[in-house]
Amino acid sequence: MSTSAIVMMIVGIGVIWGGLAASVVHAVKKAREAK
Amino acid sequence: MDNRPQWGTRAGFILAAVGSAVGLGNIWRFPATAYENGGGAFFLPYLFALLTAGIPILILEFTIGHKYRGSAPMSYSRLNRGTEWIGWWQVAISFVISTYYAVIIAWAMAYAVFSFNLNWGEDTGGFLFGNYLNLAESPGQVGSLVPSVFIPLVIVWLVTLGVLVAGVKKGIEVANKIFIPALVVMFLIIVIRALTLEGALAGLDTFFKPDWSQIANGKVWVAAYGQIFFSLSIAFAIMITYSSYLPKKSDITNNAFITGFSNSAFEVLAGIGVFSALGFMAAQQGVPVEEVVSAGVGLAFVVFPQIINELPALNGLFGFLFFTCLVFAGLSSLISIVETFVAGIQEKFNVSRTKSVLIGGGISSLISILFATQGGLYFLDAADHFINQFGIALAGLVEVVVIAWVLREVKNLQQHANDVSDIQLGAWWRICLSIITPLVLGYMMFDNLRTELSEPYGGYPTGFLISYGWLVAAGAIIVGILFSLKKNANASANKEVS
Repeated sequence: MSTSAIVMMIVGIGVIWGGLAASVVHAVKKAREAK
Repeated sequence: MDNRPQWGTRAGFILAAVGSAVGLGNIWRFPATAYENGGGAFFLPYLFALLTAGIPILILEFTIGHKYRGSAPMSYSRLNRGTEWIGWWQVAISFVISTYYAVIIAWAMAYAVFSFNLNWGEDTGGFLFGNYLNLAESPGQVGSLVPSVFIPLVIVWLVTLGVLVAGVKKGIEVANKIFIPALVVMFLIIVIRALTLEGALAGLDTFFKPDWSQIANGKVWVAAYGQIFFSLSIAFAIMITYSSYLPKKSDITNNAFITGFSNSAFEVLAGIGVFSALGFMAAQQGVPVEEVVSAGVGLAFVVFPQIINELPALNGLFGFLFFTCLVFAGLSSLISIVETFVAGIQEKFNVSRTKSVLIGGGISSLISILFATQGGLYFLDAADHFINQFGIALAGLVEVVVIAWVLREVKNLQQHANDVSDIQLGAWWRICLSIITPLVLGYMMFDNLRTELSEPYGGYPTGFLISYGWLVAAGAIIVGILFSLKKNANASANKEVS
């Protein structure tokens, strides 16, 4: 794989899956605080 | 007392919304769209579209459903009596989609069974169009019923309507709690296997290698907005209907972020799996990956069977897993699509849920038999193209323009979302909905219309496209208007509930 492809793979996965992880963690944190 | 059915848990709602968004398009549309529009560079416009249109519209629809607590027509009617027709138009679009979407799931179900003996043989294209679909010679010919499509189609409808009769909590929520985790696990197994195949890295390189020269091309940005728009189940009544079943104290904004990012996360996973497998196929055939890239029905039912044939071991098992993934992704979406008109009929005509499922689902399932005939693929192709380009996209444009510019309700809806959500919406949300989304969708519509008028879609005869494409898309608007003119059977239904 070329370096540019590896970089884009990391950026793409990082932003999208990172965004998902951050949203889920935020929801779990708020649910725990509410208890 | 509010006796509207409700989701049992927040996770139940999110899984149902994700199940609706994650459908066949995630697996067979996104990978090729990304590749054709700059590869890795496509992620930039794609993310921009997700954050400026996808998630903002999801928040808008979640807010409308949650605030007005009704099916899409009822929610629009409570927003403003004069906009009920938009709800019915979107419901009519869902109705049309349900009639052919069920048939594609039926094909996938049949192919899951075919996988065990690799029934498709070496000529997978010949098998699909000849042996399996027994395709009519020309578009417009109905031909006879194809039993190998009709039998799984009956099963698809029995499962879908069975889930819907069971209700929101015991039916839709339970089904999605089974389908979505199973889909993710099965798809992860496929992706991991695909990544370990010879040629997988070449496939990934083709998929992720950025072509930055494409970024300045307006068509790439339109493709990115189109991908986000068509894959998120927005503008055809689903998310409004689903969010109307949320309890009053429910977060809206973060639920939309989770749903939007989950859908995109699955799309990226699908891109990795599909291009790893395509890289393997290219390596086996000794050709560049670019030569084997395909999308849609061809990718799933012609190219993937070829890939499955060439796997070094456990061909049948991986074939079964792949087509079962399509079945699960399709069923969770179909359930949400049918729920839109089940809820609409139930409220408009004040009938029980079971009766509504039998009437709405019954009519849709009967019409779907047309797509299980020898000419079915032609009808399906035309209806799908026009209902997407001139149904969903146009309904989305009308939705944001009416809410943002005609009724000027964006601030009120923002207030409602902020009252119940952790993440507070600011001016960025209003700008996305009032300016960016209408501009992009408006340009998309203009571009679609120009392309359509310059060359007939798919090379089909004009008469065929008018009857099964244009009239279907126009019919959805007419049906929407006619239904909105009919008085509600339940006289108190229109009262404000927020």
